[in-house]
Amino acid sequence: MAEAINHAIRVEMRQNPEIVLLGQDIGPYGGTFGVYKGLFEEFGEDRVRDGPLCEAATTGFGVGLAISGMPAIVEIEFCDFLTLASDALCNQAAKMRFFFGGQVKIPLIVRTPIASRLGLGAQHSQSLEAWMMHVPGLRVIIPSNPADAKGLMLSAIREGNPTVFIEHVRLYSSRGEVPDSDDAIPLGKLRVARSGQDITLATYSGMVAPCLEAARQLAEEGIDCEVLDLRTLAPLDRDGICASVRRTGRLVVVHEGVRTAGVGAEVAQSAVEGAFDYLQAPIRRVASSDQPIPTGTLQDIVFPNVQKILTACRETMT
Amino acid sequence: MNTPPLSVLLEWYLQMWTIRCFEENAIDSFRKGLFSGSTHPSIGQEAIAVGAGAALDSADQVLATYRGHGHAVARNLDLNAMMAELLCKDSGCCRGRGGSMHLCDVGRNFLGTNAVVAAHLPIAGGVALSNKLRRNGKITAVFFGDGATCEGAFFETLNMAVLWKLPLVFVCENNGYAISVPTAKAIPEGDVARRALGFSLPGVVVDGNDPTAVWQAVGTAAERARRGAGPTLVECKTTRWERHSAISSGKYDNEEEATKWKRVDPIPRFASVLRALGAADAELEALRERAYRANQEALAFAKAAPFPAASSVGDFVFA
Repeated sequence: MAEAINHAIRVEMRQNPEIVLLGQDIGPYGGTFGVYKGLFEEFGEDRVRDGPLCEAATTGFGVGLAISGMPAIVEIEFCDFLTLASDALCNQAAKMRFFFGGQVKIPLIVRTPIASRLGLGAQHSQSLEAWMMHVPGLRVIIPSNPADAKGLMLSAIREGNPTVFIEHVRLYSSRGEVPDSDDAIPLGKLRVARSGQDITLATYSGMVAPCLEAARQLAEEGIDCEVLDLRTLAPLDRDGICASVRRTGRLVVVHEGVRTAGVGAEVAQSAVEGAFDYLQAPIRRVASSDQPIPTGTLQDIVFPNVQKILTACRETMT
Repeated sequence: MNTPPLSVLLEWYLQMWTIRCFEENAIDSFRKGLFSGSTHPSIGQEAIAVGAGAALDSADQVLATYRGHGHAVARNLDLNAMMAELLCKDSGCCRGRGGSMHLCDVGRNFLGTNAVVAAHLPIAGGVALSNKLRRNGKITAVFFGDGATCEGAFFETLNMAVLWKLPLVFVCENNGYAISVPTAKAIPEGDVARRALGFSLPGVVVDGNDPTAVWQAVGTAAERARRGAGPTLVECKTTRWERHSAISSGKYDNEEEATKWKRVDPIPRFASVLRALGAADAELEALRERAYRANQEALAFAKAAPFPAASSVGDFVFA
């Protein structure tokens, strides 16, 4: 998946000489997790700007480039550090076009990875997508596979709006077919990762694969799951969620972010509003527990896993 | 830099009065309930906007704070569109979405006023970086108060601007207070300009109530930025109109401070300079009258202008 993101950015940087990358360790080092491999060598230090460690100003500089008509892509090394960039992102980028009455465009993408389950502890393992989803004016994109990552990155760059593009460290090495064409994937359209009749499993990013595995095991028990990969959280494909729930009558939402006020709550309420009469069982959420994330063996208790998904699905069938 | 001829100084005088009258109308309109929220007058600080503005080219970009009406005037924003914006009208410069704290006119390279203290400093850094990458010869000037110089964004931006030798001029309007907190309680160095020492850029202190002094200091900084030598921090010492904003209450540590600006009012002071250069009283009075009338017309325009259509409430969020 890292290669797919790299490819999308490279394609657009060749097309548009004004795109600039900002961040720390993005020069010859190639990005914290190697997503920018070869870009410094191809585009040079002016456009691939390795900078000091200051997420707030780096993101603010990105806003400044963007309103000057130079699309900026800022790498934040860990999703957890979005907190440091949050004013530039949430109070500036997300609102500036609006409060200036449409006079500026803000082609700014903040890329950042979730680094869960690596044993890095409470400040390097979080999934903060729900925080970003709560800010009107931001696009939130969160792909689960190389093809989507490429197509959605192309979409984000071509659309030119403030975007948080959330990747997943565990998925960087994931392999998958990527189309040769440089076609963008429209935002706000979920992907049906597996069709099924009995339960809708709505998920994204690092939990798509565990959901598919759970669906495989449940199929052996005669339970047919539909797995939805939401792909973009803002805009959220509420129609797609409701259409699936109307078919299956059951919904389980799965994510690595913590449970309370998480994406699951929004997805569940969307189903309540749009498919209430079709629901045959209470909606369930499988999410990280509401506590700081520990290191070592304790982390396995906090994060959702295949077993927890299986339990929730079986409960919803009874 | 030679002092500009009297004809130019008289334009400055007109602009100072234009700002003063605009702010008086803003306060009065707010108190009459013509708009809600608040407004942050720059009364007493007109010399900075005018002097600095005169040192910049029209192609240079300016970013300022919520106390930024004066800078908008100095960028020749349309007064009607400015006052209409304060009154949240559709013909406002930001279509009535921004209000008093968010004025912007991209066509005049006024890239807006910002309501989060110091947040616009890195944004100005990014604008300056775009100039450097495009080699377009433009520079960026960013205005901020003394309060902003205690924010992390200020230090991070100084660091990056020096590191990358950006064509950027930092203009601090030190009016002595961050809402109620005097600089003595916030800035151990006393002078904001001394903070430049730690980042190896020139830091200069200037009398912010003298437009010519500001013009000279900002002009020198602009010239330095334009030839690629990097940023300068210019600290303009000034005095604030009595309160932080039109809705502020509460006491100062020293209540005598509340009316201090009247004793150091830059407008009568500049008038005496102009008289010494040969300007007639009648000429000065005519300029004041012109500024007043232009603002009365702007206010009438704004009052008569329609509010945005309810159906447009969600416009301008995404491109």
